[in-house]
Amino acid sequence: MSEHVDQGRRQLLTAATALTGAVGAAFAAVPFLASWKPSARAKALGAPVEIDISKLEPGALLKVEWRGKPVWVLRRTEEMIAGLDEVQGLLADPDSEISEQPEYARNEVRAIRPEFLVVLGVCTHLGCAPIERFRAGDAELGADWPGGFYCPCHGSKFDLAGRVFKGVPAPTNLVVPPYAFVDDNHILVGQDQSRAA
Amino acid sequence: MANGTTSGSAPAGGRMQELLGWVDARFPLTRMWEEQWGKYYAPKNLNNWYLFGSLSLFVLVLQIVSGIFLTMNYKPAAAEAFGSVEYIMRDVEWGWLLRYLHSTGASAFFLVVYLHMFRAMLYGSYRKPRELLWIVGMLIYLVLMGEAFFGYLLPWGNMSYWGAQVIVSLFGTLPVIGGGLVEWIRGDFYISDITLNRFFALHVIALPLVLVFLVAAHLLALHETGSNNPDGVEIKKKKDKDGNPLDGIHSHPYYTVKDLMGLAFFLVPFCAVVFFSPELGGLFLEAPNFEPANPMQTPEHIAPVWYFTPFYAMLRAVPAFFGTQVWGVLVMGGAIVLLFFLPWLDRSPVKSIRYRGPVYKVALALFVVWFVILGYCGLRPAVEPFKTLSVVGTIYYFAFFLLMPWYTRLDSYKPEPERVTYHAH
Repeated sequence: MSEHVDQGRRQLLTAATALTGAVGAAFAAVPFLASWKPSARAKALGAPVEIDISKLEPGALLKVEWRGKPVWVLRRTEEMIAGLDEVQGLLADPDSEISEQPEYARNEVRAIRPEFLVVLGVCTHLGCAPIERFRAGDAELGADWPGGFYCPCHGSKFDLAGRVFKGVPAPTNLVVPPYAFVDDNHILVGQDQSRAA
Repeated sequence: MANGTTSGSAPAGGRMQELLGWVDARFPLTRMWEEQWGKYYAPKNLNNWYLFGSLSLFVLVLQIVSGIFLTMNYKPAAAEAFGSVEYIMRDVEWGWLLRYLHSTGASAFFLVVYLHMFRAMLYGSYRKPRELLWIVGMLIYLVLMGEAFFGYLLPWGNMSYWGAQVIVSLFGTLPVIGGGLVEWIRGDFYISDITLNRFFALHVIALPLVLVFLVAAHLLALHETGSNNPDGVEIKKKKDKDGNPLDGIHSHPYYTVKDLMGLAFFLVPFCAVVFFSPELGGLFLEAPNFEPANPMQTPEHIAPVWYFTPFYAMLRAVPAFFGTQVWGVLVMGGAIVLLFFLPWLDRSPVKSIRYRGPVYKVALALFVVWFVILGYCGLRPAVEPFKTLSVVGTIYYFAFFLLMPWYTRLDSYKPEPERVTYHAH
């Protein structure tokens, strides 16, 4: 036997072995990483929620939990809807161009039916829950406050269509979840309008 | 002094000597002890700033021991977590002490680590040849922040819940992958029982293992390069005829005794907090956390625990633009990442503050002032004057590091002494 060691061959074999081992390790990591994804039970619990809106008074806010997040249904009065026009100039994204909502809610009232606003009660800044401050000129927010939602964490402000005001930390309007009208009295949150029965 | 007569560790008895010999033939017990501590030469001029390393080690052990005993009664489930903490507080014998030791220990850990890091900045301990020592230390700091964050969710109070909500949401600001990443971290569509369960696993197993490993690496690296000292001169440059540093002394018994004295002084305020003011006016334990987590109700004002607030203030100082607030997250992350590069940002010809010029002295003093101001702003609501102060503080923080290569080079300096300055007491 020759004492000569073929270094090139050694290096090739070492590299090939290391590479194969690395691929194997990457595949072996998949089950561990994938185990962090929402489980079947978590997905099932995240199924759509039906909301009865027949008893909701005009000007009242209904809070329902969907996927652990507060979903707000606001039945807007005529004045509330009319007021949406007046704040246009104060908004950061009045036409919801960079905000998150289904296509059917990308309009001035950010809703399927102007009377019912359906949004997630989660501030788009860092996920706090804004507070309802519907009365214009609220004592805490000043005389020029037109009415809307106010986030106590970092001071973000939203109008009565969940549209964010200029100059606050939140970058976008409140998120409109996918939802659909099952009939005149029921909203299904978590499922798109087109797919509803 | 260095002729080996101080091997006090070896027991006098012949039998014990024999046993030690038997072990040493099979495991490097004596060698490890002598290399790592017993005959490790530390500079003789270390001052009290050098106590915070050993104090950090003490707090680490305290956290591990008190943590292990807390897990014996704690239940990592959304329905039971809050109640199990109350159970520990009220029904478990001495349970309140275990919990307060652990919660106070968390704050104490950051306090001593911050002072330890500041010591490194005072005396240039991160400079060549100790760059890797500094980097391992920074990794320890990072893991410690993760450990604190995951641990903070476990009591399942309302501040735990919303704090986790805010921090996890930070990942959601990343473009493209953000949404999926947040879902993956939570394992659910919101912070839920599933999230709590995995944070528990990370807090009690994964990160402590990493932490202990990194601390071992930190100590090995330290004992390889040798300790820096308040003069910032290398004691290894001047050696006696046996090749031992002239200005070095054995860590044992000298620094063993000094560190124990430091520990005694540390334990006085520490125990005072544990026994008389474990909440420390809401600074160590926040009032909203005495209410159970409520996904539908945000606390009036969300603030992280004090040790995160300087960075939290930086996060809030940056406004959203281009329709995303990823910029604040990048600034906050950048503030930590910059620290890793400290060994290469500092271009001063001398290490220690004792021989530095006025520019660095003023810059460092202002850095401390602004860091504290940022920490205070992070505790307060995002209103004026805290908003403006946060912006100025953030700018100063970055300027301090990013301009360092220039002002440390241009600054004047005094020549370093040949050997450490030392006055026998």
